[in-house]
Amino acid sequence: MTWALVLSLAGAAYAFKVTGLVVVGGRSLPAVVERCLSLVPAALISALIVKDTLSTGDELVIDARLPGVLAAVVAARLRAPLIVVIVVGAGVTALARVVGLD
Amino acid sequence: MPPDERQVVAASVTLGAAVGVFAIAFGVGSVAAGASVAQTCAMSLLVFTGASQFLAVSVVSAGGSALSAFGGAVLLAARNAVYGLTMSRHLGGRLPTRLVAAQITIDESTAMATAQSTAVSRRRAFWITGGSVYVFWNLGTLIGALAGSAVDPEAFGLDAAFPAGFVAMVVPHLESRRGRAAALVGASVCLATIPVLPVGLPILVASVGVLFGVRRP
Repeated sequence: MTWALVLSLAGAAYAFKVTGLVVVGGRSLPAVVERCLSLVPAALISALIVKDTLSTGDELVIDARLPGVLAAVVAARLRAPLIVVIVVGAGVTALARVVGLD
Repeated sequence: MPPDERQVVAASVTLGAAVGVFAIAFGVGSVAAGASVAQTCAMSLLVFTGASQFLAVSVVSAGGSALSAFGGAVLLAARNAVYGLTMSRHLGGRLPTRLVAAQITIDESTAMATAQSTAVSRRRAFWITGGSVYVFWNLGTLIGALAGSAVDPEAFGLDAAFPAGFVAMVVPHLESRRGRAAALVGASVCLATIPVLPVGLPILVASVGVLFGVRRP
């Protein structure tokens, strides 16, 4: 690990984060762009769920995370508070690992 | 505190604690891969994109070049640009505020913020979640880098804490037909491309789901 790598990574990561926030800022964008941006959370959070549940690196895997996340879906549908959904997801996954599912 | 804000605080601290355990693992791994304690902590303070940091360390410890560590980590960090665009609609504030906000524009803060229903609660949720994750991530990194022995986050199911939290956070976005369509396409595209694209790209490619917004309602 070199300082050059640490600092260039820091610069690149910050550049990504800051671009949208500062360059576009609070300016209003064309209506079509606004409509598309409003769908970013739906598209990207769903993608994150799939990635975090069903993959390790570039491999698709089914392991103890799946029952945990399915239990979280049930909890969310029952309108459980967010913290409960998180604890249920982690708890069921931990239990699944205890019983040997991995 | 209003009840929805209490929910955000409770959930942020829970996610933060889970993040902290991963950060301990990162600190341990980074030092084991040959980074100094200062370099390890600088990464968490300055890069603050967990997945990119883990990737960089694992490439370096596997003997990969700095360039390939950089390339992979950058791919993983690129989605934060999309989050920045999204949050620019919701975060007010002057330039200095935005420059600080940028550093905590990540998966968790964006997801938690956009799940809220009013402008004020979105802003608040962003700062509370981003701040909590930042503090826990850096605290955990320091502990891991100094202590050198990690708890296994997977033993507690903590790797499932994030997708579980995201499940709850995506719910408000599924109320509209367009939201459901965007979610379905985003998830399917990501699933289909994970085995074929470099790590980091599937999430970016999932952005095609937003094209449901092109047509006028």
